[in-house]
Amino acid sequence: MCLAIPGKLLAITAQLDETFRTGKVSFGGIQKEVNLYMVPEAKVGDYILVHVGVAINVVDEEEAKQTFQFLKDMGEVEELETPNN
Amino acid sequence: MKFLTEYRDPELVTAYLEEIHKITTKPWTLMEICGGQTHSLVKNGILEMLPANITMVHGPGCPVCVTSVSVIDEAIYLAMQPQVILCSFGDMLRVPGSKKSLLEAKAEGADIRILYSPLEAVQLAMQNPEKEVVFFAVGFETTAPANALSVVQADQMGVNNFSILASHVLVPPAMEAILGDDENKIDAFLAAGHVCTIMGIDEYYPIAAKYKCPIVVTGFEPVDLLQGILMAVQQLENGTYEVENQYARSVQREGNKMAQDTIHKVFTVSDRIWRGIGNIPQSGYEVNDRYKEYNARIKFHINIPLAEENKECISGEIMKGLKKPKQCPNFGIKCKPEHPLGAPMVSSEGACAAYYHYADASETSMEKETVAS
Ligand code: SF4
Repeated sequence: MCLAIPGKLLAITAQLDETFRTGKVSFGGIQKEVNLYMVPEAKVGDYILVHVGVAINVVDEEEAKQTFQFLKDMGEVEELETPNN
Repeated sequence: MKFLTEYRDPELVTAYLEEIHKITTKPWTLMEICGGQTHSLVKNGILEMLPANITMVHGPGCPVCVTSVSVIDEAIYLAMQPQVILCSFGDMLRVPGSKKSLLEAKAEGADIRILYSPLEAVQLAMQNPEKEVVFFAVGFETTAPANALSVVQADQMGVNNFSILASHVLVPPAMEAILGDDENKIDAFLAAGHVCTIMGIDEYYPIAAKYKCPIVVTGFEPVDLLQGILMAVQQLENGTYEVENQYARSVQREGNKMAQDTIHKVFTVSDRIWRGIGNIPQSGYEVNDRYKEYNARIKFHINIPLAEENKECISGEIMKGLKKPKQCPNFGIKCKPEHPLGAPMVSSEGACAAYYHYADASETSMEKETVAS
């Protein structure tokens, strides 16, 4: 659970104020709502590094894809399957 | 061992390995901090490919492994309160407390939910105004911004049935505690990439200088780890002790300022007991006074006595780099992932579980013989 997982920002979904700026992010097909407060520079289409529902960095696309595949092979993306309660 | 072709960049893997073998002239002990790195080193068979002179030991970088027995007891106490919904990351549920684990408390009827994000716990509190929602906020610096943000959001929205049980731990003070130990064997550190994505790397300069210990900020894929190891060994062989950044594609020197500001808004640095290691001064985060109504310890007047640690578990020696998992007499016998005696056997990022799942059996018996003789 310590690693951040890269995903693609598909849409900005809420923008109430900066602390609640939220986007829909796809992690190899699994979609999650992600908070964007800490990456104000992130735009739709960007790849972002996400840890427990909060984006912490914008990363290079090619790099993001390869890292995601690696994490998937390692079984490190299972936390994304946690159902939203 | 893996076939080299299975790696993302087999040629680079080969090149780094050859170079490491070529330049290593003396025995060196390197510690990786992050549990994700431990998992990757063991699962990808990297330990077996390194020169015999290089020993990798596995540091205290898995929050599941270092959360103290007493804090697990606090979480269980909270979960047993009739009005409380206790939310946690999944990995924490099987960690033994002094009497039971959260999983056992759940089986006895406690309302415990596994969440992906602390922000979901704030939502849950809004949906259940008659309940008290407590988030079990464990983690290193990587997780602290998200946990802090949950408090900021709850405060902004006036959600007063939400609080967190903070059990945050910080990497640099733990490195200092390990390096300052009389028995210390560590010659160089691989620092944890994603921790530095948040915090930057400036904190490591004084540590490298004070203990004359090279520190290489490293990622977690095989190529990253091998490059990080090579950079550390180059320094050791040359007698230098710099801070270097192998993981520049994800780590900027100054880190993420917004994330740091969020942490400092909500948390204050505090002493923290690390499971297996003991108290490390100024090595954790606690909710600060400004947000004290979101501190579950204050809200629920928690007063749990300090619990004894299980003496049969040698996790402290493992996390300080003094022993390897297979040197624990309970490894694979009394202690298995299904019945963990200690925390490092719980999550795949714990050193004991990583060795249990991935290191092959022949090596096990060999090491056992060496230990026994
Ligand atoms: S094998 Fe089990 S008992 Fe031994 S150190 Fe690891 S977790 Fe503790």
